Amino acid sequence: MRIKSNIAISDSGFLLNPATGESFSLNPMGVAILKMVKDGKSLEEMTQEISQDFDVSLSILERDIEDFKGTLTQYGILENSKND
Amino acid sequence: MSKKKYERPSIKRIENEMPNKFGLRSEYKPMTHIDGVAVKDIIKEHGSPVFVISEKTIRQVYKDAMRAFAIRYPKVQFAWSYKTNYLSAICNVFHQEGSWAEVVSGFEYDKALNNGIPGNKIIFNGPDKTRDDLKKAIDNKSLIHIDHLDEYYTILELADETGLRPQVAIRVNMDTGVYPMWDRFGFNYENGQAWDALNKIMISKKMDLVGLHCHIGTYMMTAEPYGIAAAKLADLAVGLQQKYNHHVKYIDLGGGFAGKNTLKGAYLPGSDTNPSFDDYAEKITSALINSNISPDHLPWLFLETGRALIDEAGFLLGTVIANKRSSIGKRNTILDIGVNILFTSFWYQHKITPAQEFTHHTENTMLYGPLCMNIDVIRENVELPLLNPGDHVVVHHVGAYNMTQWMQFITLRPKVVMIDLEGKIHVIRKGESMNSISDYEGMPKHLTDFKL
Ligand SMILES: Cc1ncc(COP(=O)(O)O)c(C=O)c1O
Repeated sequence: MRIKSNIAISDSGFLLNPATGESFSLNPMGVAILKMVKDGKSLEEMTQEISQDFDVSLSILERDIEDFKGTLTQYGILENSKND
Repeated sequence: MSKKKYERPSIKRIENEMPNKFGLRSEYKPMTHIDGVAVKDIIKEHGSPVFVISEKTIRQVYKDAMRAFAIRYPKVQFAWSYKTNYLSAICNVFHQEGSWAEVVSGFEYDKALNNGIPGNKIIFNGPDKTRDDLKKAIDNKSLIHIDHLDEYYTILELADETGLRPQVAIRVNMDTGVYPMWDRFGFNYENGQAWDALNKIMISKKMDLVGLHCHIGTYMMTAEPYGIAAAKLADLAVGLQQKYNHHVKYIDLGGGFAGKNTLKGAYLPGSDTNPSFDDYAEKITSALINSNISPDHLPWLFLETGRALIDEAGFLLGTVIANKRSSIGKRNTILDIGVNILFTSFWYQHKITPAQEFTHHTENTMLYGPLCMNIDVIRENVELPLLNPGDHVVVHHVGAYNMTQWMQFITLRPKVVMIDLEGKIHVIRKGESMNSISDYEGMPKHLTDFKL
């Protein structure tokens, strides 16, 4: 998973895609996950880290992150890369 | 250390906040309690899905409707439209409030009798009254609203046979400026059919012409047509006064008030745009009072309001089965509520709210039911918070027609419970079981066994 390099995310959850002019709002978990993606963390690292702080099982978390990834791809926020 | 509450990640494109076809923001404000009872407790005790009826709301809405008419006209009588919801507990709330019964079949007629309604307070409408139905209605002095001439002639024969005077009215259809015109029931006003029928009745001298009836349509989004309808019925009453010195006892304007639901494809919610009881009452009563009906013989105003009296009191509680995404990435949520029990989702954009608190983050969601059928869509576009499997939702304004038109299809029909004025819950219809279905089947002997 890689975020397109020109995309800016604020801590408050505002995301701007300058290439298209579209803006988005993220909830705090969305921001946290996008930041981890930016830092190059793997899915496993993300689920481990989040489940330490939040009341959620690994399997639900994994499903939710996969689902989130689908939306990010649909909105053109993730790089299309074949090898993740 | 206790862990923080989790909410699944979400991202949403920022668009302008005008009301749009995806619904208004207020829609997803959670409804955790109904009349003080927690939704999650109702589901725990009675299962999901489950219909919930608020007795308090029925009584409030009824009183509001009655007030709107009674402050404008001295003689007002409601008759509960059985087909709208004939669960007996619900009928009896209306009857306790003073409503008579309005029925459209032999089955509904018997149901009203079983509920204890005196025969002379049952209005019998509809095109399908059998000879036996009519005989019973004549014996009981019920108010028979004649739909067609074949029915008239049957009543005439029965009057001779029984030596009784049937209490009759005619149903009139008419142009009220709303199209398509409902002209399949009753006798037409503009082309003279209605007058012909009235003349036949008066000249026969075998029955008592007690009223004039119309039901101009359902979910009428403006009040004006009711003014036109009331004026046309009043005109017939004046004609009877002049020609026969006959005074009808009542004028029945039927049902059809729109209520607070929102039609599919409407941009603004019905609760904001539809006329109020006061609007309808104003048009109807001023048309009657301004007519040439003699004030000494002012007829009763009968109303057969259905959906507008019961919709608001009905809720359908359900549970999220699963979340998925469509091929184009749209959020799809599967509920345990199917179109077979929420028939009105074909016409309405039902208001649907979560039953638990969420953050303000939402997604545009397509809500599917549990049936393995492509048509099983409850809402095509609704802004909902980030629901998880097991979360509960509340569908609003489902009191009318769902509990009479529902289908046993693929799944069994659920329980209906009523919350009384003290917040106590009563089961007013049991959930169906395998026996409710299989008891009605038969098995030919040669089909009882097989080897596989
Ligand atoms: C004769 C008659 N009266 C009353 C009603 C109740 O109508 P609504 O639920 O639209 O008020 C109907 C419903 O179609 C009807 O046919």
